Amino acid sequence: MSIFSETWTFLNDPANYAGTDGIPYRTVEHLVISGAAVAVGCAVALPIGLWLGHTGRGGGLTVLVSNVSRAIPTLALLTIFATIAAIGFGNRATIIALAIFAVPPLLTNTYVGMRDVDPEIREAARGMGFSGWGLLGRVEVPLALPLIAAGFRTAAVQVVATATLAALVGGGGLGTIINDGFGQQNRGEIFAGGILVALLALLTELSLALVQRLVTPKAGRKQQGARPVEVADAPGNAVVT
Amino acid sequence: MSSLGLRAVHSALGPANPWFSWGYVRDNSDTILARLREHVTLTVLTILIALVIAVPLAILARQVRWLSGPILGVSGVLYTVPSFALFALMAPFTGYTKSRTVLIGLVLYALLVLVRNTLVGLEGVPADVREAARGMGYGAARMFWRVELPVALPAIMAGVRIATVSTIALVTVGVIIGHGGLGQLLVEGFNNNFFHAEIAVGAILCIALALAADGVLYAITRLVSPWARERR
Repeated sequence: MSIFSETWTFLNDPANYAGTDGIPYRTVEHLVISGAAVAVGCAVALPIGLWLGHTGRGGGLTVLVSNVSRAIPTLALLTIFATIAAIGFGNRATIIALAIFAVPPLLTNTYVGMRDVDPEIREAARGMGFSGWGLLGRVEVPLALPLIAAGFRTAAVQVVATATLAALVGGGGLGTIINDGFGQQNRGEIFAGGILVALLALLTELSLALVQRLVTPKAGRKQQGARPVEVADAPGNAVVT
Repeated sequence: MSSLGLRAVHSALGPANPWFSWGYVRDNSDTILARLREHVTLTVLTILIALVIAVPLAILARQVRWLSGPILGVSGVLYTVPSFALFALMAPFTGYTKSRTVLIGLVLYALLVLVRNTLVGLEGVPADVREAARGMGYGAARMFWRVELPVALPAIMAGVRIATVSTIALVTVGVIIGHGGLGQLLVEGFNNNFFHAEIAVGAILCIALALAADGVLYAITRLVSPWARERR
């Protein structure tokens, strides 16, 4: 039997859609884990990024965080957290590990977005009587929103991709299908798992790209072209996993 | 799960499972070195192969304008596919236990970064510099080797640094194929009743390797492009 017909057989077997090992359950689990991790990441990164950007301090810190995080393998953090009894086995460990990796893109983009606000606009807003929270909420955040959305997209896509690895260390999500396939030497299951994970990642990327487009004013949309990947800062540049 | 029970016994007996153990390192130095060697070999091969493919691709994308969209687009889509899934999709064709499955996957990821940065570097060559070289009688080949490549070098090297550090982190995922370098230590340690010392050695060596590689590449960048020093 060819790999494609084996995959087809696996995908057409109703047994693979039932129970907690089934494709629907694992997909929802994957999305819940990812959603929770991104939420935790936002809760940590957004206030810090907004504050640092608002006050104009800590630029070096955000660069450092994003560069150092690149060197830490996600699998290492997942494994370490999965073995710490206090965190608990399975999905909670996964969520915390993934949230940590969601922070750098969110933090960097929020900070850069806030710093990119034209100082003259800020000055004009002050002249109009805006200050403190008003300046932040009514002027700076709306202008920084496109870049914050780009950071959100990068973070979320990266989390959805990385959540796959949880399967290697006792976690759930769609990665378990690939992992089980290798464990049972079921070629159809391995390939089907690969397709499902790839589809989920691409769908996440596409839908969030749409969201990013919606919050970006037409004039601010950059021409799609070659964009350098810088060492110093990496907004919109995820570490693949 | 029996491993959970065992862990309970461990914690009841006290610190039987330390994160740092020289005893483990001493008794298993052969295994650790073998994993480290595989990790370095996979990384170096990945970057070399990716460079050999990326530079001509970038030149092609610059010469044939309409190709640059598809080249960047395809590599962008590939970049979105998680490595775990990519290995699963490639394994039927490249081997379920072969290290080349890991290698080919890693090359594909490194390609995006390298093509982009090379393209940006080549596009950054000022038109008057090119004009001056042409006026001095430089042909296409000499122009590329003596003018364009040197000017693009800092951007290319920035790409090499990012690709290298990312690749070192990504090699660990190759554990699913059985060739994850230091990643093998992580997952073996996990499966070995949460053997902390093995996990810690895997993690620390991974990070140290990434930082060391980045430092070496930074030094090389400064050596090969001394004129760009004050810009960095």
